[in-house]
Amino acid sequence: MPRRRDARDLKPPPFQYHTPATVHEACSLLGSLEDAKVLAGGQSLIPLLNFRLARPKHLVDINGIAALDRIYERDGGVAVQALVRQAAVEDSEVVARICPLLSSAITLVAHRVIRNRGTVCGSLAHADPASELPAVLLALGGRVVARSARGERTIAADQFFVGVFETALAPDELLVEAWFPASRQPSLILEESRRHGDFALAGVVRADDRLALFGVAPTPVLADPRDPARGLEPSGDLEATPDFRLHLVRVLADKAFAA
Amino acid sequence: MNVNGVEHPAPIDPRRLLADHLRHDLGLTGTHVGCEHGVCGCCTVLLDGEPVRSCLMLGVQAEGHEITTIEGLARDGEPLHPVQQAFHECHGLQCGFCTPGFVMSVVGLLARHPQPTAQQIEEGIAGNLCRCTGYASIRRAVSRAVELRAK
Ligand SMILES: Cc1cc2nc3c(=O)[nH]c(=O)nc-3n(C[C@H](O)[C@H](O)[C@H](O)COP(=O)(O)OP(=O)(O)OC[C@H]3O[C@@H](n4cnc5c(N)ncnc54)[C@H](O)[C@@H]3O)c2cc1C
Ligand code: FES
Ligand code: FES
Repeated sequence: MPRRRDARDLKPPPFQYHTPATVHEACSLLGSLEDAKVLAGGQSLIPLLNFRLARPKHLVDINGIAALDRIYERDGGVAVQALVRQAAVEDSEVVARICPLLSSAITLVAHRVIRNRGTVCGSLAHADPASELPAVLLALGGRVVARSARGERTIAADQFFVGVFETALAPDELLVEAWFPASRQPSLILEESRRHGDFALAGVVRADDRLALFGVAPTPVLADPRDPARGLEPSGDLEATPDFRLHLVRVLADKAFAA
Repeated sequence: MNVNGVEHPAPIDPRRLLADHLRHDLGLTGTHVGCEHGVCGCCTVLLDGEPVRSCLMLGVQAEGHEITTIEGLARDGEPLHPVQQAFHECHGLQCGFCTPGFVMSVVGLLARHPQPTAQQIEEGIAGNLCRCTGYASIRRAVSRAVELRAK
């Protein structure tokens, strides 16, 4: 049986836990609470809590909201609501038919076990510079819908990603849906990572004649396919030097446009 | 929440991770905890049949759901689950620290792909780290589990 000293083993810092049942309720909580964070799949936020790198006063857990997990055709593309798990997108026939680029990109996001919880909208809201899905949204020219007690607005992908882990979402806004336009051939995503499922050292997304890069700037960026590395100043770390990242961008972009 | 077929109350403190709740409140120490940020995979359990990281869920989030841990695969005295049997036969474990996570991930993998390709096997275990056995025999254990399940 459990040992006494483990009985109070709590990793996350103190927070107040809220479980809204509707989007309306979630928005009024986000509008009235100070220093609140949305908890979706938790696959990025809970690690930050466990390390105590994030210390929000309030967690607004949206997992109990009904009817926020639909994938559906919209305006010739595909809309993915806030509680759609990445695994559901991976398995979705609608997504495979309309936006196969998204289907193939999803399989590069972490591992299936992580994708069983992680959400597409959470990945966009988290805005990790090395993430695949933000670059896919940008390459396709997609958009997101943000809702708050103040109302609803649509934000285009090229306005949404503003910095490292930073988006145009206001603290009181809930990202309720992301919209991915249909992907036309040729569309593909290529990345280099240490192991399958690891965050990419660098990656490229080709959507028809548009090229987006990830892992090489504070946000995903659009680039000129003829000179993809121009103006980039990627950071270096234990995994890859800046020069190696620039090299990867050139090689991957060449491959993507040779296909 | 229902854990291995038995109803249990959810933890009182929302800060209690599901992994810690299973281990320390319910005494189910078969679920191991390594990195606590989703990377090593040894805390993997089934949530309504799908493998998830129990270190990346709050215990309270499992309320109303079914959790299966390694203890739930085969009761004492019962024959081992085919995936456990396969790990046993193929030397898929050495110290065993990573094993509960591998086994739960592979149970999930085989539920989705009963006849996995070599690549599906590789990707299916890529999210779990083993520091001592080596992945070759773990890979073999997955192939053996496919055979045992088919019997
Ligand atoms: C081992 C491991 C490997 C990974 N590898 C990759 C990888 O290769 N590529 C990759 O892209 N990702 C990777 N991830 C991250 C994973 O994809 C996450 O699921 C994703 O980044 C966040 O989605 P989530 O639903 O889990 O969000 P959460 O963790 O719940 O939230 C993340 C952030 O977004 C905010 N947020 C979430 N949803 C909303 C919303 N609807 N409205 C407003 N704000 C919201 C939260 O407040 C929080 O700040 C990995 C994670 C792990 C643990
Ligand atoms: S302890 Fe959960 S993945 Fe390592
Ligand atoms: S058997 Fe020792 S870590 Fe895998």
